[in-house]
Amino acid sequence: MKYSIMVNEGPYTHQASDTALQFCKAALEAEHEIFRVFFYHDGVNNGTRYTVPPADDRNIQKEWSKLAETHEIDLVICIAAAQRRGIMDADEAKRQGIDGDNIAPGFRISGLGQLIEGGIIADRQLVFGD
Amino acid sequence: MATKKFMFVNRKAPYGTVYALESLEVVLIAAAFEQDVSLAFVGDGVYEIVKGQSTDGIGMKNFSPTYKALGDYEVTKLYVEKESLEARGLTLDDLMDLVWEDEDEDYAEKPSIRLVSAAELAAVFDEQDVVLSF
Repeated sequence: MKYSIMVNEGPYTHQASDTALQFCKAALEAEHEIFRVFFYHDGVNNGTRYTVPPADDRNIQKEWSKLAETHEIDLVICIAAAQRRGIMDADEAKRQGIDGDNIAPGFRISGLGQLIEGGIIADRQLVFGD
Repeated sequence: MATKKFMFVNRKAPYGTVYALESLEVVLIAAAFEQDVSLAFVGDGVYEIVKGQSTDGIGMKNFSPTYKALGDYEVTKLYVEKESLEARGLTLDDLMDLVWEDEDEDYAEKPSIRLVSAAELAAVFDEQDVVLSF
């Protein structure tokens, strides 16, 4: 089965991101395919490399980045939602005249069309949110 | 690109959280991708299309006029759950007059809002390929 995932909440405040991550791991282990993970609303906050949780807690951003690296998963952050919330890659920072970027490895910033495309291409699109 | 039936489930009041506004942004993109788009308004989501909205005093943009443009994007199926409306003391008269123009009938204006029971809405959900909830 080919899955497309949507994550609508930021890390730590809501469990949505943890659950999405656990679903992706379980699906891959069962030899399903994750076509794309799309981060929307506060979900874009999963993609900043500036999160530093306490040492005895999980690092959700690093787990997403590791998943992307290990399984070549496409992690896409919505540009409009990201702009509102201060998530930047180098190109966007330059365009907006911001003094730095904070996007985490394995994530990329793109448009909402990527979410719709995910729904069209995947067999199932799952929403993780509030 | 293939066409699928996309259902957007609107569950939140228009202000207070950003979900309703950002949902509408996805709806417009889905329409631009020429998908078969439907919207459902359930729970506090019915407040999103109440008429006479004003955001004076809360410092937020009143985005309710965007719902009136949906017909121009060929988004013509807006399902409102009857039980949610009644539980909030609202009737169809409290909702915006949302219409679309039927090209095949000399651009006659037709209502986009369809009042359905929870059971009827379940049947509509059953027909969908992709359901996104906000």
